Amino acid sequence: MKLIFERSVSGRRTHLTPKSTFPSKELPQALARAKQPKLPEMSEVAISRHYTQLAKQTFGVNNGFYPLGSCTMKYNPRVNEAVAALPGFARMHPLQPKATVSGCREVLDTARAHLCEITGMDDMTFQPAAGAHGEYVGLLLMKQYHQSRGDHKRTRVLIPDSAHGTNPASASMVGFTVTHIPSDVEGCVDLKALKAALDDTVAGLMLTNPNTVGIFDPNILDITRLVHDAGGLNYYDGANLNAIMGWVRPGDMGFDVIHLNLHKTFSTPHGGGGPGAGPVGCKKLLSGFLPMSHMGSRIWEGEKPDSVGQVRAFYGNFLVVVRALTYILTLGKEGIPQASGMAVLNANYLMHKVKDAFPLAYDRICMHEFVLTLESVRKETGVSALDVAKCLLDYGMHPPTMYFPLVVKEALMVEPTETENRETLDEAAEVLLAIREMTKTRPEKLHLCPNTTPIGRPDEVGAARNPRVRYQFPD
Amino acid sequence: MKVPNDLLYYKSHEWVKMEGDTALVGITDYAQNELGDLVYINLPNVGDELSRDDAFADVESVKAVSDVLSPLAGRVSEVNEELIDAPELINKNAYTAWIIRLKDLGDMDELMSAQEYEEFLKKEA
Repeated sequence: MKLIFERSVSGRRTHLTPKSTFPSKELPQALARAKQPKLPEMSEVAISRHYTQLAKQTFGVNNGFYPLGSCTMKYNPRVNEAVAALPGFARMHPLQPKATVSGCREVLDTARAHLCEITGMDDMTFQPAAGAHGEYVGLLLMKQYHQSRGDHKRTRVLIPDSAHGTNPASASMVGFTVTHIPSDVEGCVDLKALKAALDDTVAGLMLTNPNTVGIFDPNILDITRLVHDAGGLNYYDGANLNAIMGWVRPGDMGFDVIHLNLHKTFSTPHGGGGPGAGPVGCKKLLSGFLPMSHMGSRIWEGEKPDSVGQVRAFYGNFLVVVRALTYILTLGKEGIPQASGMAVLNANYLMHKVKDAFPLAYDRICMHEFVLTLESVRKETGVSALDVAKCLLDYGMHPPTMYFPLVVKEALMVEPTETENRETLDEAAEVLLAIREMTKTRPEKLHLCPNTTPIGRPDEVGAARNPRVRYQFPD
Repeated sequence: MKVPNDLLYYKSHEWVKMEGDTALVGITDYAQNELGDLVYINLPNVGDELSRDDAFADVESVKAVSDVLSPLAGRVSEVNEELIDAPELINKNAYTAWIIRLKDLGDMDELMSAQEYEEFLKKEA
């Protein structure tokens, strides 16, 4: 399809501006642009058609099954949007007089209370803009804690080798060095290796539980105790909270600080669908370090001397919090654990239907997701995890996460979420089994998939080596 | 999978080629095959001091980013800058596309011969 710049026609407009009745004033020459910006010029209908056509080329959870592991692609209920669009939320300004925003303050206070209850934390900030930003802020709290005690030698963060790539990246951004802890044969933290790595230079441990292979670490209480005994703190990556929400709490597992991905667990839009939110919760001992311009009833409280400072303007992406709170209140105390229970049941149901065709990386009851390893399939048939993922597109299914976690070869990581009904899971299993048959009978066809999508196989190597991310105007 | 006889190998799939009192280090054919098409490499600075197992470079493929670990202690005396614009040289021939040259070398106790490395690869699979 044509790019929006290629549809532009000089002079086309979407609306007519009435003549101004005010005297006009020119900007000083020094502030004016030398050249007009190259913005596309189009009629309203042309813009509408352009974006509708783009939307047709995308695939979202509203199009079909979207089992992208570790991303929790659950359905975002329409009621969230209806509530977030209420003018009392959507038309507010963060600098409005305090007396006129008590509803918004109540939203932040209520969301904080519920999320602290769900996670077992004492306090929370909504400023971080998304998950990775939350990791960064959570680690800043950890750093500030040690520095406030004059404990300057704690510069290492321990991270399992199965962790999300953002964990070591965030730790580096904060100025820590990363020590990787190997997984044991069950895919969990190797306790011996953890003990060996712990000393008085360790600032803390970053962990997600259940971990990235979908297994709840049975030694979690020992792990967090060992870190505490060595003087470190425990950081919980909330990426996999959808497995345990309402059943167990990171705070009770021994974690001191966590981030949440509201767009995963609490049904707010993902990525391109809108702004994110990565609230950071903590135990009392870290509360004083939370970012300034605290939300809720303490918005206008004075300076906090120990705070890590402001990490985003005002209160973060407020309307995302409105959506998450709507979700929490819609589900209620019974619905929250029911949702995560269904997520775990769905993952186990699908896992059992496909595990004879594609070997499991770890053959045991899983939590909200499971990981297949196609190493043996690739060796036998030449068909890789990438080929299977591409083929799924032809069946109208979004592929699982590929080649992650790094500790599993030819990995496909499947997370169905609680959104899906039994029929969808049965269909997905049939498709996966049919593809497995194809790996035996017609493997060469699988290298050519997908055939029904607007774009077949893009040149991924070319795109990574020579990215062209800007439109090249003909002049 | 090619495993030349005149090189030494490390458990994280690096090779070492002794040249006088210096050593060239790269990643093995097995490693490049596992990683797939490389699109980016991050090199260390000349003069960097390395201990064994220090990550001295990282390589990015279409699948993932991986650390390259130092098979022995030493000081970086040269880096192969040609790889910056052409990381695919490692895919073309992993044993000519050296990544760094080390001097002031530490012990080589942990290195494997070609035969030992081939045995090691069999066990890995």
